[in-house]
Amino acid sequence: MYVIIIGGGNVGYYLTKDLVLAGHEVLLLEKDRARAQRLAEDLGEVAQQGDGCEARVMAEMGFARADVIVAATGEDEDNLIVCQMAKQRFGISRTISRVNSPANEALFAQLGIDTTVSATRLIFNLIEQEIEVDHLIPIAALARGHLEIVSIELSEHSPVLGRAIGEIALPGDAHIIALLRGDKGLLPSPNAILQIGDTVLTLVQQNQESALHGVFSA
Amino acid sequence: MRVVIVGCGRVGSTLARLLVERHEVTVVDRTSEAFRRLGSKFQGQKIVGPGTDMDVLKRAGIEGADAFISVTDGDNRNIMAAQIAKKIFNVPQVFTRIYDPSRAAVYAEMGIQTLCTTSTAAGLFCDLVEGRRPDSFMAQLGSYLDAAQKV
Repeated sequence: MYVIIIGGGNVGYYLTKDLVLAGHEVLLLEKDRARAQRLAEDLGEVAQQGDGCEARVMAEMGFARADVIVAATGEDEDNLIVCQMAKQRFGISRTISRVNSPANEALFAQLGIDTTVSATRLIFNLIEQEIEVDHLIPIAALARGHLEIVSIELSEHSPVLGRAIGEIALPGDAHIIALLRGDKGLLPSPNAILQIGDTVLTLVQQNQESALHGVFSA
Repeated sequence: MRVVIVGCGRVGSTLARLLVERHEVTVVDRTSEAFRRLGSKFQGQKIVGPGTDMDVLKRAGIEGADAFISVTDGDNRNIMAAQIAKKIFNVPQVFTRIYDPSRAAVYAEMGIQTLCTTSTAAGLFCDLVEGRRPDSFMAQLGSYLDAAQKV
C-alpha cells in the first residue's frame, strides 16, 4: 500500500517507521523546513518537505495514487483540510485523521472524514474504564457515530450471570458480536453461558447505549 | 442582522467597524490584544478563543446569526470555521477569506463562499496594468453578491 502521512511530529515519525518496517511504501510530509531536514537525515527520502494542504505539493508527492492518507499534525484544522483536499481534489477514498480536541470527532465525521483517532478520547476512556462501576465502555464509533461497539465487563453483580446469550433481551437492534473470556475471544453462540469477568462486545445504536446498563449491570 | 466575525486582524477589525454601525456584531479572536484594533468606542461584542471551537462560537452567538465571516490569518482555520458555521449551525450567509488559490478553488467547488484575495488582487492589478476595465474582478464580486441575495 502507498501511505502518505502528513505531519512529522512524534505520531507521524513513529507511524512512518512502523509502516516502513511492515513493508509499505510510505511518504512523510512535513511543512517545517528544519524539522523535515532532521527527519530526512534519519528516515532518508521517505521524509519530504512540503505543505500537505497545497494542491501543487500534493500532486508532486503522488497523492493521486495513494491508498491511504493519514493526517497526523497537532492542529485539527490542518488535519481536516488535508483530508478534505485529498478527497475532493485527488479522489482518495480512505483518509484517517488524528483529532486533538475530542469534540472534533463528531464534527469531522459530519464533514466527511472516514476515520478519526483521538488520543485524548482513548486516554479518557481508559481512565473511565478504571473508575466506571459497571464497566460499560464505548470502544468504537461506526457509521458517523450512529452505531457504537460497546464493551461490557460482567461484574459479580451482573444480572445476566449464568444465563445463555440467546436468552438475553437486548435493547432495540443491539447485537452481541463477541465474548472475551480470559485471553480467548469467542463468537457468541446462543448457548454460551455468561460468567463473572467475561467481557461482552455489543453493537448498539448510539441512543440505546444507556439501555445496555439496565440489561448487564446491577 | 446578527453577524459573527472570526479573526480580528486588519480585515476583521475594519469589517467589524463598518458593520457595527448598522448591525449587531460579535468579533472572535484567539488573543484579547487583537481587539485593540477595534478602538475603544467599539459597540460590538468581543469573545476570546479559537474560532474553530464550537463552544466559543456558541458564546459568540452563532446560533441564530444571520451572517458569518472567517478572516483569520490561517487559511485552514478560516475554512474549518466556515464549515462549522454552514454545516453545523446552518448560518444562512457564510463567507471566508482564503489566501491559497488552489485551496480556494477546492472549497468553492464544495459550496463555501470563498474570497481569494490573492487571485482577486492579482487579477485586478493585471487588468489595471494592461489598461482594461477590471471586469473579471467585478464579475467575481458579483457572484458573492448573488450568493448573499439568494438567502
